[in-house]
Amino acid sequence: MAVVGRDLKLAMRRQADIVSALFFFVIVVSLFPLGIGPEPDLLRKLAPGVLWVAALLATMLSLPRLFADDYRDGTLEQLALAPHPLGLVVTGKVIAHWLVSGLPLALIAPVLGIQFDLAADALVVLTGAIVIGTPALSGIGAIGAALTLGLRGGGVLLSLLVLPLYIPVLIFGAGAVDATVTGLGGEGHLSLLAALTFASLGFAPWASAAALKIALE
Amino acid sequence: MTDRFNLYRYAAPSAFYPLAGAMIPYFAAVAVVFGLAGLWLGMLVAPTDFQQGEGYRIIFIHVPASWMSMFIYLVMAFWAAIGLAFNTRLSGMMAQALAPTGALMAFLSLWTGALWGKPMWGTWWVWDARLTSELILLFLYIGYMALVAAIDDQRRADKAGGLLLLVGVVNIPIIYFSVKWWNTLHQGASVSLTKSPSMASTMLWGMLLMAMCFWMYSIAVALMRVRTIMLERERHTDWVKAELASLGAGGEK
Repeated sequence: MAVVGRDLKLAMRRQADIVSALFFFVIVVSLFPLGIGPEPDLLRKLAPGVLWVAALLATMLSLPRLFADDYRDGTLEQLALAPHPLGLVVTGKVIAHWLVSGLPLALIAPVLGIQFDLAADALVVLTGAIVIGTPALSGIGAIGAALTLGLRGGGVLLSLLVLPLYIPVLIFGAGAVDATVTGLGGEGHLSLLAALTFASLGFAPWASAAALKIALE
Repeated sequence: MTDRFNLYRYAAPSAFYPLAGAMIPYFAAVAVVFGLAGLWLGMLVAPTDFQQGEGYRIIFIHVPASWMSMFIYLVMAFWAAIGLAFNTRLSGMMAQALAPTGALMAFLSLWTGALWGKPMWGTWWVWDARLTSELILLFLYIGYMALVAAIDDQRRADKAGGLLLLVGVVNIPIIYFSVKWWNTLHQGASVSLTKSPSMASTMLWGMLLMAMCFWMYSIAVALMRVRTIMLERERHTDWVKAELASLGAGGEK
């Protein structure tokens, strides 16, 4: 928990990073209507996918920073030597990452959804799906961030490693909104999304911890 | 007892290098034999399919390539697990040597699938669950190769790549089922990939022979690749220097 507080404090001192990731999300989403045209029917159909793909990219943008700063100033080595298991420390960092990268996306997503002419219930499901699904993105992303720690071209490499693993989250996240729009009800998708989140929060930190130990050797 | 002893002995690159070199010709020869037999059975003996005509014969490349692409990933994950658990040098080399072949198989499977799909369904690509998962598998191979190539320290490359392989293996069923479910929900394509219920036994045999051919080919190529990886990594050791010296004296590369 101390790790969560510390990481949040560090993030708050660099608010520009949070805000720029957020605006990246907004800009990417806004580019789509410009690219494909303003027909409301088309946009309504595309909205879930577009918003989710943009959310994946926006979360990924901040991933390289997850461990890089601590690695550079040696904090990470101290954390690895600390008596607490490294997996728990990583869990804390993942939670902090979600609070500064995933949660803001969920808060702003409804506004963008309105631009895509989504109905009110779809907006609620969209927000819920992003809240439930983005922790999984932070968790899986942590593995990629740990594996690419300190490598040249780490950012591009990270996206190669992590994006294929994000596919289930994308499918169920966008599927939940899609199912609501078509009137099928998104509860099933949301449950699966929650399952993915719990599974990745349970396992991913330990895999990331193993990857960090490899990087620190 | 002697068997166990021998197996452990070959975990050392200096012992495995000549063994691999001795095995390559056999695997290559068997691959050629199976390949010729499979092609003969598949192209000349197997009857023309009454629905698909002659075009179905691409199955003799397509299905073995798909099988191998999935199987090689599992084998790589197996080597990764061994390497992480026992810290053996050779396992990482094996995983690295297999990766390009696996990626090639995944690519071949997608490519022949597209060539097959065009005359049969009138389209190069459908977002079918199997096609999509195969594409994602190709992405996983590429991610692994990119990661390993980006790390200069070989031991770290082996371990990091191994961890990625294990994470990927855990994820493959999740990805497969989510893609499958996504596909059934969308119901977009009218194309069904379900094969005709009964397959002539000559077709089946041809396919199995071709699968054996691909299998043997993969082993032979992976062994060749692992030999060069061994030479490159162990170039500071005495046995590699002796090996290179004898190669140089023999006048061949």
